[in-house]
Amino acid sequence: MTQDLYRQVILAHYRQPANRYKLDGANVAGYSHNPLCGDEISVYARIDSGRLTEASFEARGCSIVQASADMMADCVRGQTRADLDATITAFESMLEGPDEEPDVALGDLRLLREVRKFPVRIKCALLPWKTLRDALGKSNSQP
Amino acid sequence: MTQMSKNGFPVERIREDFPILKQLIHGRPLVYLDSAATSQKPQSVIDAVVRYYREENANIHRGIHYLSERATADYEAARRHIARFINAPDPRETIFVRGTTEAINLVAHSYGRRFIHADDEIVISAMEHHSNIVPWQLLCEQTGAKLRVIPITDDGELIVDAYAKLLNSRTRLVSVVHVSNVLGTINPVKRLVEMAHSMHIPVLLDGAQAVPHVPVDVQDLDCDFYAFSGHKLFGPTGIGLLYGKTAWLDQMPPFQGGGDMISTVSFERTTYNSLPYKFEAGTPNIAGTIGLGAAVDYFQGVGVEAAARHEHDLLDYATEVLAAIPGVRLLGNAPEKTGCVSFLVDGVHAHDVGTILDQHGVAIRAGHHCAMPLMERYGLAATARASFAFYNTLDEINVLAEAIDEVKEVFS
Ligand SMILES: Cc1ncc(COP(=O)(O)O)c(C=O)c1O
Repeated sequence: MTQDLYRQVILAHYRQPANRYKLDGANVAGYSHNPLCGDEISVYARIDSGRLTEASFEARGCSIVQASADMMADCVRGQTRADLDATITAFESMLEGPDEEPDVALGDLRLLREVRKFPVRIKCALLPWKTLRDALGKSNSQP
Repeated sequence: MTQMSKNGFPVERIREDFPILKQLIHGRPLVYLDSAATSQKPQSVIDAVVRYYREENANIHRGIHYLSERATADYEAARRHIARFINAPDPRETIFVRGTTEAINLVAHSYGRRFIHADDEIVISAMEHHSNIVPWQLLCEQTGAKLRVIPITDDGELIVDAYAKLLNSRTRLVSVVHVSNVLGTINPVKRLVEMAHSMHIPVLLDGAQAVPHVPVDVQDLDCDFYAFSGHKLFGPTGIGLLYGKTAWLDQMPPFQGGGDMISTVSFERTTYNSLPYKFEAGTPNIAGTIGLGAAVDYFQGVGVEAAARHEHDLLDYATEVLAAIPGVRLLGNAPEKTGCVSFLVDGVHAHDVGTILDQHGVAIRAGHHCAMPLMERYGLAATARASFAFYNTLDEINVLAEAIDEVKEVFS
């Protein structure tokens, strides 16, 4: 079962994250931490004319937090607000909802469905997404 | 299979007393290396709790009927027994609480309210559990008192010279951990008490991780308060003990108000019950207390010294085996150590270590261990911790090492 969770693709995102940096000129930014385990993450995004053009993150945490964040940044690039909402919801329900195939294309992120078998790690996989959702919510409410 | 430890400790026979240890986890024998979080319970403790509920459940100190008398007698017998176990001079000085956390909060509230004022100082150490940090911070916020922190060395030892310099005429209390839950360091608490007493400063010791591993004699230590949790001492959850010297307890106001803690109540004036009842408001954890009495009985039957010797072998062996694995680093190298090894695997977060070990049936703790300031001291977010009890075997440490090999393979 260990092999199901720690696929090479996931480990590659953990070891060599392409999107792990502070994004200059971000107009969406959020920070979260998991007080139970001390994991910390910052998520950055730039939205130009209603479309997310770039996303990145900085994190201190386990392989699942980091791989999830790195894949998320790849996945959401180019999405509109409506796409983002649908993607975030699809990812969350893939981990927490009924055990069904996600109805939105999630690409490699689907590998993280294995996390369902490791209930204590679901929070890790969700942390970047929750951070992005909160950050988008905040930027929405700004004039 | 009859496996004995090096010094003839009958560990396989002892394991028979712990039903939970016979389980398979993910198809493999459970290797329980998380006793510092909570220990497992022998059958005799489980039986004592069940017997209480089946045969003598009644409220105590108030019934005039047969069951109530029996429950009261057993509850008080457990108190005397547990008091003797830590060599408290008088069972009236042993107060039942929910655990270490509640014991420390009791002192922070009651001692704090009476004796701690603005600009007074409270001394703790850099290796405290959050439960021996946050109650004092809350008290400092309320009173304007200040928290002072004894620094530690890279190896995880208290710097006693620095401690000496922290003590002054404004110091009202020293509250330090007897054995660290992360580093395993056994602090020189007797000496710390002496030094504080030479300046008339009382000392509270957090014995949560000490009582299961080293013989504790509160009169020899001469501490003013001693706190521990039953669930780490092979007993039930929700029961623990605060020992306090009468001289202090008598001067302290009650912690909580309610039934049992009063002598007389009128709307004009309430007088308080005598020790220890003044600090035991409401119906206590009767089953837990009786279970803890049984746990102490069991532990004494095993032999506190014999258990400590066996655990010493486990710790030595674990240290040797883990230190020999390339890419594994140990945290906490104090010469006086017991109970646990904290370790890091290069390039692998402690949670990932924990998940892979769990697939091998190996239960460890991964995280900050409720000691975030200590983690900060070492610039770490998390460690993996394997902690021991007398029911662990040398073989289980081999299983741990094999599982760590797989962690390294997965992340290689
Ligand atoms: C050193 C130390 N102090 C205090 C505590 C708190 O004990 P409890 O949660 O039983 O109140 C613990 C438990 O982890 C501990 O290890």
